[in-house]
Amino acid sequence: MPTFVYMTRCDGCGQCVDICPSDIMHIDKTLRRAYNIEPNMCWECYSCVKACPHQAIDVRGYADFAPLGHSVRVLRDEEKGTIAWRIKFRNGKKDMELLAPITTKPWGEFIPQLADEPVPSKEMRDSHLLYNEPKYIRLDEGGLHTLESNGLTLKAGVYY
Amino acid sequence: MGYKTIIEDDIDVLVVGAGLGGTGAAFEARYWGKDKKIVIAEKANIDRSGAVAQGLYAINCYMGTRWGENNPEDHVRYARMDLMGMVREDLAFDMARHVDSAVHQFEDWGLPLMKNPETGAYLREGRWQIMIHGESYKPIVAEAAKKSADKVFNRICVTHLLMDDAKENRVAGAVGFNVRTGNYHVFKSKTVICGAGGASNIFKPRSVGEGAGRVWYAPWSSGSAYGLMIDAGAKMTQMENRIVLARFKDGYGPVGAYFLHLKTYTQNCLGEEYESKWFPALTEMVGKEYLDTEGQHLSHKPIPTCLRNHAFISEVNAGRGPIHMVTMEAFQDPHLEEIGWHNFLGMTVGQAVLWAATDVDPKYENPELTTSEPYVMGSHATGCGAWCSGPEDVSPDEYFWGYNRMTSVEGLFGAGDAVGGTPHAFSSGSFTEGRLAAKAACQYIDDGKAKGIRVSEQQIENRKKEIYKPMETYTVGRNEIVGGSVNPNYINPRQGLDRLQKMMDEYCGGFGVNYMTNEKLLQIGLKKMKIFEEDLEKVAAEDIHELLRAWELKHRFRTSESVFQHTLFRKETRWPGYYYRGDAMKLDDENWHVLTVSHRDRKTGEYTMEKAPCYHLVGENEE
Repeated sequence: MPTFVYMTRCDGCGQCVDICPSDIMHIDKTLRRAYNIEPNMCWECYSCVKACPHQAIDVRGYADFAPLGHSVRVLRDEEKGTIAWRIKFRNGKKDMELLAPITTKPWGEFIPQLADEPVPSKEMRDSHLLYNEPKYIRLDEGGLHTLESNGLTLKAGVYY
Repeated sequence: MGYKTIIEDDIDVLVVGAGLGGTGAAFEARYWGKDKKIVIAEKANIDRSGAVAQGLYAINCYMGTRWGENNPEDHVRYARMDLMGMVREDLAFDMARHVDSAVHQFEDWGLPLMKNPETGAYLREGRWQIMIHGESYKPIVAEAAKKSADKVFNRICVTHLLMDDAKENRVAGAVGFNVRTGNYHVFKSKTVICGAGGASNIFKPRSVGEGAGRVWYAPWSSGSAYGLMIDAGAKMTQMENRIVLARFKDGYGPVGAYFLHLKTYTQNCLGEEYESKWFPALTEMVGKEYLDTEGQHLSHKPIPTCLRNHAFISEVNAGRGPIHMVTMEAFQDPHLEEIGWHNFLGMTVGQAVLWAATDVDPKYENPELTTSEPYVMGSHATGCGAWCSGPEDVSPDEYFWGYNRMTSVEGLFGAGDAVGGTPHAFSSGSFTEGRLAAKAACQYIDDGKAKGIRVSEQQIENRKKEIYKPMETYTVGRNEIVGGSVNPNYINPRQGLDRLQKMMDEYCGGFGVNYMTNEKLLQIGLKKMKIFEEDLEKVAAEDIHELLRAWELKHRFRTSESVFQHTLFRKETRWPGYYYRGDAMKLDDENWHVLTVSHRDRKTGEYTMEKAPCYHLVGENEE
C-alpha cells in the first residue's frame, strides 16, 4: 500500500499530513491518528515515513505485485546530516544496512539571503548573466558562452 | 458555500508550482527584484513537492566546462540527436550555458556531490550525469526559495490563471483553493512563472489497483503546467513527443546509473544481445542520418532513447522476453553493489521495496526490465511544453518575442516541464530555467509591460463558482441514490481518470496497443474526448480532497487533448519506440523536420496547428 500507520505508535501529530506530496495522509477523525486515504495515489516516496517523529509509518509493497514479508525502514537525521536505511528480504537471506549523507553543511545556513546582496548594476541587468555569474559558471575568469564566443550560428532546416 | 475568499494583491512575481523550476524562479527573482513581491503557490509542501520530492541520486545535466569536460553546444547536439532532431536549440543552449552555475551553488548550499578522488572533479556517472547523495535535494532548494519569497502558500491547488480584463492575452495572476481549509485564494500578480509540472497517469499504467501509484513520474504530476497554460491560451509545442521509459519491471527503478556507472547491460531471455539486430530495419524507418550504426560506432554517439526502446519492444514482441538487466557481474564488487542499492534509496525507494519483497538479489539474479506507459513532460528525454521565447542573443526571429521563457501569453513564463522543446534539462536545468524566467519576469515589470492590469470582480466570482461546482454536483446528485459510487448524473474523479487513461491507451498509443495509433484511431479518440469533456462538467467531489483530484483530472484532460491534437497533426513516425503512426511508419524529414505548435482558442475551444521551423546550431564536428 504503500504507506500504513501503526495504531500504537501514532499520536496524531500530523507531520505526515503536512509533508505528503500527494495529500493522502489524513487524520482519522474518530481514532485521531493518521492513515493513508488513497493508496493508489501513493508513490512510496517515504516523505511521510521520514517525517514521522515516532517511526509510526511503514510501507508494505503494492499489493498487485509485491508479496508480503519484506521491510525497508529509514531514519533521517538533519542534525547529523545522515539517512540510515535497513532492507530486509522476504526470505530473510538479505539484511542490509546502508548509510548516506543528506547534507554537507549545517542545515540551511549556507544558503544566501539574496535580499542582502548588493543591487545588480545596470550592466549586469542588461547582460544575460544570472546571480553569481559569470564566476559560478566555471569558477575562473571566463565569461558566459555565446554563439559568437563559441563560433556558432543557428540555421533553419536539417542539420546533417 | 462557506468558503472564504482570500485575496493576495500587488504581487510582482507569482510562482505557480514550486518544484525544481519554481524554486529556481523564486530564488533568483529576489536578486533582480529586491523590492518586488514574490509569492509561491504550491499544491503540496515545497519541502517535498514536485518530481524531486523523493530525492535524486544523480544530477543528469552538468556540463563541467570548469573541468574542460563539455561546452554548451555539445549538450545541444546530444539532446538533438536523442530527440531525433526536434529540439529548441536556442533554449537548450541557453540552459546549458547557465546550468553549471546552479550546480556549483547547490554544492555551496550543502548538497552532497560525489567527487572523483583522483581529479577532484565531480564523479561522473556518464558524460552529462554527476552522482550525488540527493535525498535532501528538494528540501535544500526549497530553503533557498523560502529565503527569497515574501510568502509561501503551501497546499494551494491552483486551478486557473487569471487574465487581464484590460488587455487581451495578458496574464493577471491565478486562482485556486486551499486543500486543507477549502478557502478560495486569489493571487493578483503582474507576472506568473508556471512550474506546475508534467503529467503522469494520463495513459493507462501497467500497474493495476493499489499499484496504480507506482508510476515512473510522480503521481502528483498532474499536467497542471499544461492544463493551466493551455486554458490561458498559451501556444504549446511538441506535445506529441510523449516518452516511454525502459525501466526495472514494476518498480520503475532508474537504470541510468546501472548502465553508465555500474556497466550493466541488457539481454533477452536467451542471454543474447538483441539491440543491434533491429537496427538495419530501424535505419530503413528513420534514415541513416538518425541511426547510422557503423558511423555511430566510430563516433561513439549514443543510440537515441526511443530507438533503444524500439529494439526492446520488438524483441519482446518476437517472443524473446523478458529483457534482463545483467547485474550479476557488476554486483560481485561490494562497492558497486552498494551503489546499486543507494541509487534506488535515493530516488525510487519502491524498487528496493519490490526487490526485498520478491527476494530479487541482483548479485545472484538478473532483474527484469519493462517499457513503461507513456508520460507527457518536458525535462527528461522528451520536450513537451509551452512555446516560449528564447534569449535575445541566441534566438532567431521566430523564437524571440521580448522576454526569455515567456510564453505566447504576455507576462506568463514557464520553467521546467512547462517549457517545450527543451529535453534533457532534468533537475538542474529546470532550476536554471526557473532562474532565467525570473530575471526576464523582473525585466518585463521594470519595462512597464505590466501596467494597467485590471481583474474584474466578475472574473473572480465566475472562477469561484466553477472551482466549487464539483462539490455542488455531488451534494445534489448524492441525494438521489441510496449509496455507493454509481450515479446517473455524475462521475467521481477516479472514474474519470480511469476513462481518460483507457482512451489515451487505446486511441493515442499506450502500452496496451504497443504504442501504436493512426489517424482513424486518433479521430475516434478525439470524438470520445469531446464527450468526456461534457461529462467533466459533471465530475463530483465528496470533499476538498476529491475536489483536488477533480481539478487534477481536468488538467490531465486538457493535457491529453493537446497530445491527441499534436499526434494527429504530425503525420510521420518521428520517435519509434515512443509511439508509432501506423499510417505513416517512416520518419519524414521532407515534410516534418519542423516543430509542431498548437493554439487552443479560449472561447471556442478550437485548435489551430502550425509548423514552426527547426533551427540547429551548425558545426557538427565536436572539438
